[in-house]
Amino acid sequence: MIPTYSGLEPLRIFPGSNFVNIGERTNVTGSAAFRKLIKNGQYDEAVSVARQQVENGAQVIDVNLDEGMIDGVEAMRKFLNLIAAEPDIARVPVMVDSSKFSVIEAGLKCLQGKGIANSISLKEGEAEFLRQARIIRRLGAATVVMCFDEQGQADTFERRIAIAKRSYDLLTQKAGFAPHDIIIDANILTVATGMAEHDRYAIDFIEAVRWIKQHLPGALTSGGVSNVSFSFRGNEPVREAIHTAFLYHAIKAGLDMGIVNAGQIGVYDDIPKELLEHVEDVLLARRPDATERMVAFAEQFKGAPSAEAMAAQAAWREGSVEERLKHALVHGVTEFIEPTPKRPACSTWTPCW
Amino acid sequence: MTDLERIAAQRILVLDGAMGTMIQKLGLTEADFHPKGMEDHKVLLKGNNELLSLSRPEAIRTIHEQYLAAGADIVETNTFSATSIAQAEHDCSHLAREMNLASVRLAKEACAKYTAMDPSKPRFVAGAIGPMNKTASLSPDVNDPGFRAVTFDQLVAAYKEQVEALLDGGVDILLVETIFDTLNAKAAFYAIDEVFEERGKRVPLMCSVTITDASGRTLSGQTIEAFLISMQHVPLFSMGLNCALGAAQMRPYLEVIAEQSPCRVSIYPNAGLPDQMGEYRETPEVTARLVGEFMANGWVNVVGGCCGTTPDHIAALAAEAAKHAPRPLPVLA
Repeated sequence: MIPTYSGLEPLRIFPGSNFVNIGERTNVTGSAAFRKLIKNGQYDEAVSVARQQVENGAQVIDVNLDEGMIDGVEAMRKFLNLIAAEPDIARVPVMVDSSKFSVIEAGLKCLQGKGIANSISLKEGEAEFLRQARIIRRLGAATVVMCFDEQGQADTFERRIAIAKRSYDLLTQKAGFAPHDIIIDANILTVATGMAEHDRYAIDFIEAVRWIKQHLPGALTSGGVSNVSFSFRGNEPVREAIHTAFLYHAIKAGLDMGIVNAGQIGVYDDIPKELLEHVEDVLLARRPDATERMVAFAEQFKGAPSAEAMAAQAAWREGSVEERLKHALVHGVTEFIEPTPKRPACSTWTPCW
Repeated sequence: MTDLERIAAQRILVLDGAMGTMIQKLGLTEADFHPKGMEDHKVLLKGNNELLSLSRPEAIRTIHEQYLAAGADIVETNTFSATSIAQAEHDCSHLAREMNLASVRLAKEACAKYTAMDPSKPRFVAGAIGPMNKTASLSPDVNDPGFRAVTFDQLVAAYKEQVEALLDGGVDILLVETIFDTLNAKAAFYAIDEVFEERGKRVPLMCSVTITDASGRTLSGQTIEAFLISMQHVPLFSMGLNCALGAAQMRPYLEVIAEQSPCRVSIYPNAGLPDQMGEYRETPEVTARLVGEFMANGWVNVVGGCCGTTPDHIAALAAEAAKHAPRPLPVLA
């Protein structure tokens, strides 16, 4: 069985399918602007944020309304019922995201499609874990499992894989879960914090993903990507380079999906060489002074446009038609479609239309 | 393996035809719909067909017998709207359990009679569970798209009462049908799963969705493929289509189900599309020929009829079903 989800339309993850982008802008912990809208009860505007997510290519939208000042159950119900009335949003599956299980349960009860619960974990022990899993199962959803147990959050490779395996075994053997309905989140934690014990956070996540894909047949992997670069907040070009390089390696290791700000992901080959080297030194824990060097190197990018924007501003518009088309296709640039000649005259390129 | 599963492996099963159409032909009056003690009921009851199981039980039993005589293997109980929520418009919510129990009894009596006449062809009772008249995914108020007339939990409670009564009455199968809002169907199966767990006993489950028109979607907007995914968590005896369309219009959607469904496949179409007077005029021969093509293609395991179909349609379908092999159950990878 291949993993499948649905909104008004199906989403299937075939072997070899591309990485699945889960939109994070309808997550109050991922977007200050969205948090403000929810806090102020501006639901019409909040619905447009969901619409933009889908228009920008999110294949699933993560909805998290965990805001201390509001009633989470009521807010989740209201927001999901509103987006259910918008066919251009409701066509994609919803990931119901909350730290409170009551909110997840209320959210899943608003979905006619097969959604995803985000998340459950062994934090409060096996009995509670199984109770929640069975409810999710009865509501017809898949679930994200965080690598968290009675002792706390897994922050090493060994703890990540041990909890992943224990969770997987319980779900498949005691809660009636099909393996492809289990999505393991092995905790993307913040690197380059200055604490030596955080140095391996990124590489250990990537290796845990590789292990899960090899040892827990059928299970999927996911993670909240923005967290990895949190120590560089305010420095967008560097954050984007970190996300891009991190995903490059994590996807190669088998990462199936991630909660991302699609606007913050660039093209790996476009990351300037020197920046990439510093970034990968940190992500892959290649040298003990990686963080120090990265922090110093990152200074120059503060306030600069993102690497993606820099690449965009480069001379690509000066190139030949073939070069311009190639760039536009690789980067998904649509704004120059009109001025680009429909038929590349005097070209060596064989047109296919 | 249940008897039903064993027989389904050998041949195409035949479900009955329309209950409403047959009731209409009886030309009943308002008084016929008032059970004893409800002569002074303040709300009009004509058209509340489930009440007939209490007020005119012999009429309902006769309809079941007509379908069994035509060759139906499975008859549906007269319980489509026998839920506290659907009965609220007639102020009959308090009768939901009683309607279900009485309706199961009538279907069982009819089946027992026909099984006794030919024990080699056992007959089965399917407890019919309709979609309700309130929907959890759609707002009835165009100015307030976030509004819902009913919550998931309210639907579960009402379905649970119906499911418990159907099982207490002794149905062989539960059939969640005419699904136009997937969330209502999810609530029905949620209730069923809870009752099964509480009782430690299960019966086979049938699921039948309604594609409203040529858009290929349910009324609540899902494509047939999205719907199948939404139902993946339910261990089904069969998945299929009924109502709104005739066999000809159902063809493309049936093909998708036949291709993708891990369980058996059912189809019970209307007798064509209604004419301007709202009458269904497709003849038994035409219905049987159209559905016969689906059988010949190896797409189906259960066939029957919905709005406008009669015992003649079921007899024609049964004759056709005898000529074809059932769709083999897909081997899961």
